[in-house]
Amino acid sequence: MDGRVKPGHDDGEAERVEIILRQRPMTLSLETRDLTIRFGGHVAVNGVSCSFRPGELTAIVGPNGAGKTTYFNLISGQLTASTGEVWLAGRNITAMSAPLRTRAGLGRAFQLTNLFPNLSVEENVRLAVQAAAGVHYDMLRPWMRRTDLIARADAILDGVALGARRRVAATALSHGDQRKLEVALMMALEPKVFMFDEPTAGMSVDEVPVVLDLIARLKQDPTKIILLVEHKMDVVRSLADRIIVLHNGQLVADGKPAEVIASPVVQEAYLGVARGKTAA
Amino acid sequence: MMILSGDPPRSRVLSALLIVIVALLALAPFLFPGAKPLNVATKICVFAALVASYDLLLGYTGTVSFAHTMFYGIGSYGIAIALYTLGPTWTAVGAGLACGLPLAVLLALAIGLFSLRVQAIFFAMITLAVASAFLVLASQLSGLTGGEDGRSFQLPELLRPGTVFAKGVFGITVSGRTLTYYIVFVGAAAMILALLRVVNSPFGRVLQAIRENRFRAEALGYRTVFHLTLANCIAALVAAFAGALNALWLRYAGPDTSLAFSIMLDILLMVVIGGMGTIYGAIIGAVIFILAQNYLQALMGLASSAAADAGLPLLPGLLHPDRWLLWLGLLFIASVYFFPTGVVGRLRGAARQ
Repeated sequence: MDGRVKPGHDDGEAERVEIILRQRPMTLSLETRDLTIRFGGHVAVNGVSCSFRPGELTAIVGPNGAGKTTYFNLISGQLTASTGEVWLAGRNITAMSAPLRTRAGLGRAFQLTNLFPNLSVEENVRLAVQAAAGVHYDMLRPWMRRTDLIARADAILDGVALGARRRVAATALSHGDQRKLEVALMMALEPKVFMFDEPTAGMSVDEVPVVLDLIARLKQDPTKIILLVEHKMDVVRSLADRIIVLHNGQLVADGKPAEVIASPVVQEAYLGVARGKTAA
Repeated sequence: MMILSGDPPRSRVLSALLIVIVALLALAPFLFPGAKPLNVATKICVFAALVASYDLLLGYTGTVSFAHTMFYGIGSYGIAIALYTLGPTWTAVGAGLACGLPLAVLLALAIGLFSLRVQAIFFAMITLAVASAFLVLASQLSGLTGGEDGRSFQLPELLRPGTVFAKGVFGITVSGRTLTYYIVFVGAAAMILALLRVVNSPFGRVLQAIRENRFRAEALGYRTVFHLTLANCIAALVAAFAGALNALWLRYAGPDTSLAFSIMLDILLMVVIGGMGTIYGAIIGAVIFILAQNYLQALMGLASSAAADAGLPLLPGLLHPDRWLLWLGLLFIASVYFFPTGVVGRLRGAARQ
């Protein structure tokens, strides 16, 4: 889909593709310019300008109600900005609908688990695989004939350790497994930009590593942009290359994890509040 | 398996039931040669397809539409008007289909694109309004539609009851009527199999996804308004074709047989009784409903006089044939109460345990 090198091509071509791929990180970028949204008199996200680079995991932190999820919604298209712009890979995508932004390469895992509750786990993932393959309106072939898509879905399920639960309805999964499935849906989309919204929230201690390993593995691909909203500071510290801090809808800090965590504005605006939170 | 698109009935009882139903319907002209039984069999075929197409909307996408009888009526009137004005030829049948089916699809497309963007309730209201307008239009444009009286017409030579192909085949006369029945039967079977294919295709899975969580389907990259509109168009096409078959059988199209809201209610009941989101439920629902509608009264007459003969108190009055609608109503309440997932849902649930 995104120009991966397929085995069996002649080496010369493979090498050329390889070179193009290595140059591509420079062209992929995600940027918000002066992004703002108002709900009545309340400004939930206020003039946030920030650009995200491939091969970098940016953690977005801030107290509850700081506008982190709203910022995500503005980027992935669930909300439309009042003013300001979103740019992806040199394209202004501000006016695009959510489905089109997904097709353009934005992948989103939601904070509140957002699945197809009465469909089985494998059907959930197959739907995402199908979307990634661009199969939208094929109504002449039965699903079971698409063995290619079924195999991909199975591989993704195994990747998040849900293979054994594939025939269970999504709603019957434990909370932690639902979170994993949520992440699996995003992985299946093969996006260029991964947006995790508190992927480990409400997970039991032994389930957290599965998701963190997954994110860590993603980080090794230098072509992907990863955004992570997270409350747990230990998670942020271990994964983030960069932290941005939102407070009252505004971007108040941006930099290397150590610097940001140490900065007085963050200590005051966020960490004082958040310490109580993480303990809970 | 392929003909069922990899979606077998998934319950032994259900499979057996379906095989019996299909076999009886396939042999209906030979097994039940009377006029009424054959009418009932035809109605079951037509409604099984019509209800299955409604199930595509209600059961698979979760969209409530009240315009289904309108599409059904467009198909009926297409055939009726064409055969009435052009005379009883196959060309007229073709012309009726060529006008009716695309008209139904175009209307469905317009309604869908206009109203499926927003909440489902708005779509339901719009379909209600358009269907009412269409009903009024059909009654008022009497020059074209025959108004309240509808249009009676002659069929092409080959389909007329007077055309006899063979006598004494298993004791019955194979006539144009028999041929018409088989056209309806094969047409309905083809439509149901086609719908089964649609719901089990990648497209059909997206429809289910939209029913389950439209927001998430959008987030996966599906532009759901197009899926819903397309489903609406397919349902309209099938409904119109079912309407055309029904008109061919009745040699008549009028507001009461094709556009009335009572038919819409019947369709809803059949979907719910059979089981939403299964397609097979349409067949079961149509059989139960139409048999009850046609034979409950006679059955009650028998029961009532039997009870009277036995000298039982109260029962003869309760079972009096005039009270058959009361019992029909009770039957439906009971079936929805005891089988909230429909007969098919219940049977599959039992098979899983």
